[in-house]
Amino acid sequence: MHRRTLLSTAAALAMGLGLPAAAQDDPMKIGFIYVGPIGDGGWTYTHNQGRLAVEEHFGDAVETVYQESVPEGADAVRAMTQMALSGADMIFATSFGYMDQVLEVAEKFPEVKFEHATGYKRADNVSTYSARFYEGRAVQGHIAGRMTDTNVIGYIASYPIPEVIRGINSAYIHAKKANPDVEFRVVWAYTWFDPAKEADAATALIEQGADVILQHTDSTAPLAAAEAAGDVIGFGQASDMAEYKPSPRVSSILDIWGPYYIDRIQAAMDGTWESQDTWHGIGDGMVGIGEITDAVPAEVREEALALKESIASGEYHPFTGPINRQDGSPWLADGETADDGTLLGMDFYVEGLTGEIPN
Amino acid sequence: MIALEKRPQPSRLWRAATPLLAVALTMLAGGVMFAALGADPVEAIRVIFWDPLFDPDFAAYSRPQLLVKAGPLILIAIGLAIGFRSGVWNIGAEGQYIMGAICGAGAALALYPAETRAILPLAVLAGALGGWAWGMIPALLKVRFGTNEILVSLMLVYVAESILASVSSGLLQNPEGMGFPGSRNLAQWDAAANRELIAGTGMHWGVLTAFVAVIAAYVLMSRHILGFQLRLSGEAPRAARFAGVVPGRVVVICFAISGALAGMAGFFEVAGPAGQISIDFGSFYGFTAIIVAFLGRLHPVGILLAGLLMALTYIGGELAQLMLGLPAAAIQLFQGMLLFFLLATDVFVNYRLRLGRREAA
Repeated sequence: MHRRTLLSTAAALAMGLGLPAAAQDDPMKIGFIYVGPIGDGGWTYTHNQGRLAVEEHFGDAVETVYQESVPEGADAVRAMTQMALSGADMIFATSFGYMDQVLEVAEKFPEVKFEHATGYKRADNVSTYSARFYEGRAVQGHIAGRMTDTNVIGYIASYPIPEVIRGINSAYIHAKKANPDVEFRVVWAYTWFDPAKEADAATALIEQGADVILQHTDSTAPLAAAEAAGDVIGFGQASDMAEYKPSPRVSSILDIWGPYYIDRIQAAMDGTWESQDTWHGIGDGMVGIGEITDAVPAEVREEALALKESIASGEYHPFTGPINRQDGSPWLADGETADDGTLLGMDFYVEGLTGEIPN
Repeated sequence: MIALEKRPQPSRLWRAATPLLAVALTMLAGGVMFAALGADPVEAIRVIFWDPLFDPDFAAYSRPQLLVKAGPLILIAIGLAIGFRSGVWNIGAEGQYIMGAICGAGAALALYPAETRAILPLAVLAGALGGWAWGMIPALLKVRFGTNEILVSLMLVYVAESILASVSSGLLQNPEGMGFPGSRNLAQWDAAANRELIAGTGMHWGVLTAFVAVIAAYVLMSRHILGFQLRLSGEAPRAARFAGVVPGRVVVICFAISGALAGMAGFFEVAGPAGQISIDFGSFYGFTAIIVAFLGRLHPVGILLAGLLMALTYIGGELAQLMLGLPAAAIQLFQGMLLFFLLATDVFVNYRLRLGRREAA
């Protein structure tokens, strides 16, 4: 059992004896903190795919460890501290709710590098990263607008935070462009992962006439509900959810973390790692659009792929004016694009959406 | 043939032995499960039960964490056990815990950013009142309308969770939080923070309160007339009535104590280890405390030990995930086995095994 020797060397490293990780013969130890189980088929699953990509890329040069279903709060502090004590050189904390905890632990372990997903607080040894999922939502919204016959699109939202509101706005703007008669019905599920609640929400939306269901929650339950209802389509969220192909799952938004993780670990090995904020989209490969199936007419697929390409190349920004806020007041002038600051703090609906954002 | 025979008196020996037996059986069955998952069972058991206490790399950090984790469990379980011994079934401590945290944090945040030492005690009181008030709902409904307190208190947990989600992104939301749900961080605000009393020990006000509650509960239940009345109404409700104990009063007292203690636990947690009110603040302490109460035989000292043992399986379980790559679900199963074996071996408190005698069917 060489665990102990490995552990003490790595721990000595963490204590700050100095040498950069690359100079050691021991593998660099990378920890991952997950908010859900790795088998959730959504958010945590995709982060774990990223971890597996790291292992495949670096082979014996890294050792990865993870802890799943870590509640956001006091337990996260302990999970990360124990990881750091066990000799982790770098820790990826993969949920927004770990924000204050990451900073607390990072302060105690200045030699350990932390990467916090979707947060906005940084420190010398804490970077943040997130993906521009709203770019994927634009493509999804376009397909949804073109595919609906009832002109009612259901949207299962999780929590009323900027990330989710941005997605609703982006999907709505592009659905409306494709089909001016379209209407959105938003249900707030107040969960990221709860198959029973998500199924209830999907069923309620279908009963209100929705024939396209968009989801910002992680389980496949809405797709199962769509399949049971028949004539209703939906999209994979976070992971491909390919088992529901070709319908009801007609496409998907993919979270692709592997390349970013590999980049950052390489930077740490090379000694070029610095605290930074990363917000990558389709162009950088962090957001993907899953296969658009044959359930979608060829013409619509072409349009969707063209939209995806124009976003990827930077030629088109999904939030390009003229766009008004829900109350009719102007937000973006003709041709103006949204700045990242406004997008990151987005707490309003765009014009045309009905209902209120709960608070 | 094997037959169970009712004992004339519950066995005192078995009553004391079953928790130990349950732990041993859990280690055995858990070991088999870990082996099936491809981990070395002996090493897994050692990582769970030994490393948090004695491993040179972890122990200095894990030992204080045991107190942090056990504190709320013990505080809640002490209150619940008083009720359980009196035949009052408060299953909704999780809700009282959440409401205590909301009321305590709310009272403190109403005074933000004042810097006076009065805030912490005031907020503790508000937390206790919040938990008490939430506990009074099932208690009064039972006394007035004869509703089932098990159902009402349990359902109120879900109401409390919804209120928690609402205040996290509304009333108590951090105005400087960029629209994200969650309150200000109380642990970063000196006047309200529930800090470690002695650095590096994990001993915060909540843990201290839990220890005081253990002693107070012991005195109450063994030495005080009220404790006698409570126990009597649990063991022999008719006799208690003849002795002049009003059943409604027992219900109200039990819910008041357990609600207030759970509420305080909630505030100590939010002002210390958790830091802020957030949608995911509830962490099942209120439910786990039910296991702790029974594992500790509803006796204050037993609960103290059971709380520490439960905390050990949590912290050791996390280490086992980290060091051996065991899935989180395996650790939860392991904890579940503990209660399962305890309930199973509990049969022998009231029954004895007869071997080799054929009974008529």
